[in-house]
Amino acid sequence: MSVLDKSIVELGAALAGGEVTSRELTEAALQRIADARTLNCFVTVCGEQALAQADAADARIRNGGGGPLTGIPLAHKDLFCTDGVKTSCGSRMLDNFIAPYDATVVARLKQAGCVMVGKTNMDEFAMGSSNENSYYGPVSNPWDVGKVPGGSSGGSAAAVAARLVPVATGTDTGGSIRQPAALCGITGLKPTYGRVSRYGMVAFASSLDQAGPLAKSAHECALLLGAMAGHDALDSTSLDLAVPDYVSALHDDISGLKIGLPREYFGGGLDSDVAAAVHAAVDVLVGLGAQVKEITLPRQDLSIPAYYVVAPAECSSNLSRFDGVRYGYRCANPVDLEDLYKRSRGEGFGAEVKRRIMVGTYVLSAGYYDAYYLKAQKMRQLICEDFQQAFAEVDVIAGPTSPSVAFARGERTDDPISMYLSDIYTNAANLAGLPGISVPCGFVNRLPVGLQIIGNHFTEQRILNVAHRYQLASDWHDARPPAAEAP
Amino acid sequence: MELGPEDVAYIAHLARLQIDEQDVPLYARNLSEILRLVETMNAVDTDGVVPMAHPVDTAQPLRADEVTEADRREEFQRNAPAVADGLYLVPKVIE
Repeated sequence: MSVLDKSIVELGAALAGGEVTSRELTEAALQRIADARTLNCFVTVCGEQALAQADAADARIRNGGGGPLTGIPLAHKDLFCTDGVKTSCGSRMLDNFIAPYDATVVARLKQAGCVMVGKTNMDEFAMGSSNENSYYGPVSNPWDVGKVPGGSSGGSAAAVAARLVPVATGTDTGGSIRQPAALCGITGLKPTYGRVSRYGMVAFASSLDQAGPLAKSAHECALLLGAMAGHDALDSTSLDLAVPDYVSALHDDISGLKIGLPREYFGGGLDSDVAAAVHAAVDVLVGLGAQVKEITLPRQDLSIPAYYVVAPAECSSNLSRFDGVRYGYRCANPVDLEDLYKRSRGEGFGAEVKRRIMVGTYVLSAGYYDAYYLKAQKMRQLICEDFQQAFAEVDVIAGPTSPSVAFARGERTDDPISMYLSDIYTNAANLAGLPGISVPCGFVNRLPVGLQIIGNHFTEQRILNVAHRYQLASDWHDARPPAAEAP
Repeated sequence: MELGPEDVAYIAHLARLQIDEQDVPLYARNLSEILRLVETMNAVDTDGVVPMAHPVDTAQPLRADEVTEADRREEFQRNAPAVADGLYLVPKVIE
C-alpha cells in the first residue's frame, strides 16, 4: 500500500493536519509514474513544474490558506489546454502544440491548489473506446496489461486505477469517462451538459462534450466536481446555475429512491456475467431501501446510429480548424495551398479521426443533410423524450456501463462498428445531455464491471449520493489491480 | 448507402484529407458499414418531430460588444509552422 492508495478526502485531511506534505505526495506520484511507464498512461510528465506547485501548495497550507484540494496531485487528460505545457489530444496533429492558456477546468483546479503531475494518454481527439487510437501508442489496462483500458480517457482511468495519481480529469462525448472508468475498476462521472465549462477543451463534438472527474470513489468525484463546475463567461454553453455542495448530500438516506432498470439495457449483446454483477449491485441498493421499477427506453437502440451522425458531423466541422497554417502539424514542402491542407491533415490525423471526419463531411454534404443530419437530430429528440418519460416515474436509471469487461488489445481495431458498440449504454446520456456515473460493482474473469447510474439534468448530487451509499455498502472500488503493486 | 472508391475520393477532397490510394478500399468498406448502421434510423417515423440541435434549451447569452482580449499575437504565433512580420505564411495562392 502506498500513500497514493488513500482517497483525496483522507489526503486532504492529512495535508491540512501536517501529516504529509504535497511535495511528498507529488514525489510519490512522479515515482509511481516513472515505475509504471510501461502502462503508457502519460503523454507528458511535468516533474519540475509539479514540484514547484507542490511547494507552493505546502506554503499555502502552512499559512492557513488551503482548501480541501490544496496539495492534491492530479493528472489532466491531454485534451485540456495547459498553459506552457504540450497539449497533444493524442494526435500527431498537435504533437508540437504548446497551449498558450489554461482550460477553465485546469485553471479552477490550479486555483484550488491541485498539483498537475502530467497529461494523460487518450484516443486521438477523444475518438475511440480503447485508447488504441493514440499517436503515442496504446495504454494498458492495470488489471491485465493485454487488455484495453477503455477510452477515450484511458490514460486517466488507468493512471487512477494503477495508483499513479489519486484522481484525474477526463472528458466524455459518448462514454469516454464512464466506459474507461468501468473497464479499469474506478469511479467516473460525466456531468450534465453545461455543468462544467468546455473552454480550453480541444473540441470534438460541441453539443456532446463534457468534462468530469475520475477517481477511486464517488466521494472524491464529488469533491472534484465541486471545484470544476460552475458558470464560465468564456463558454456560452455553461449554464449560470449555482453549484451545490456535492459532498454534503453524499450521505443522504436513499430509502424510497426509485431506480429504473431499462429493459433495453439488459437485452441481447450484454454479457450475462456483467448483467449478473449489475443486478447484484442493484440488489445492494434495494437492501438500502431503494425501490426498483422496470422501465423502457424504446428508442435506446437508435442512440448509436443517431450518435454516429451527430458526433462525426460536429467533429468534421470542429476539426476543420486543423489546416497546417496557424498551429499544429504541417506537411513537408507543400506545392500549393490545397496540397498543404490535404497532406497536413492526411498525415496529421490517424485512421479513426479520418473516418469520422469523412462520415461527418458526407452527412452534412449537399443532398444528404436532411436524410442523415436532420433525421439524427429528430432521433435525438425522441431519445431525449424517452428519458423524460422515464424520469417522470423514477429518480435515477441504473444499468451496465459497458456490455462487456475490458477486451483484448487489437480485438476490435479492424471493426469500427464493434468498437462503437462498446458505448451502446453510454451514448444516449450524451445525446440527451444527462449526467451519468460509473462505479465498480464486481468482476468477471478478474476484470472490473461498472454499474452506471444516470440522473436527470443537474442531479449530479443525487447520482453521487446513490453511488456513495453503494460504495459504503460495498468494497469493489477499493480493489487494487496487479499493476498497482510496486514494479 | 454503399460508397465506392470514387465517393471516398470525393468526400476526402471535400474534407481536404489526403488518403493513400491503397487505403481507399478499406475506407470505402468502413464508411459503408457506418452508413448502414446509421440508416437503421430510417425505420422510425420522425414526421413532425422537432429536430434537437442541442441538449440545453436556453437562449445564448449576450454581452456588450467590447474588446476583452489582449493582443497576444506573438505568443500565439509561436505555435505556427511559418510566420513572418506577424503574418502566417502559406504557399503562394495568387500568381
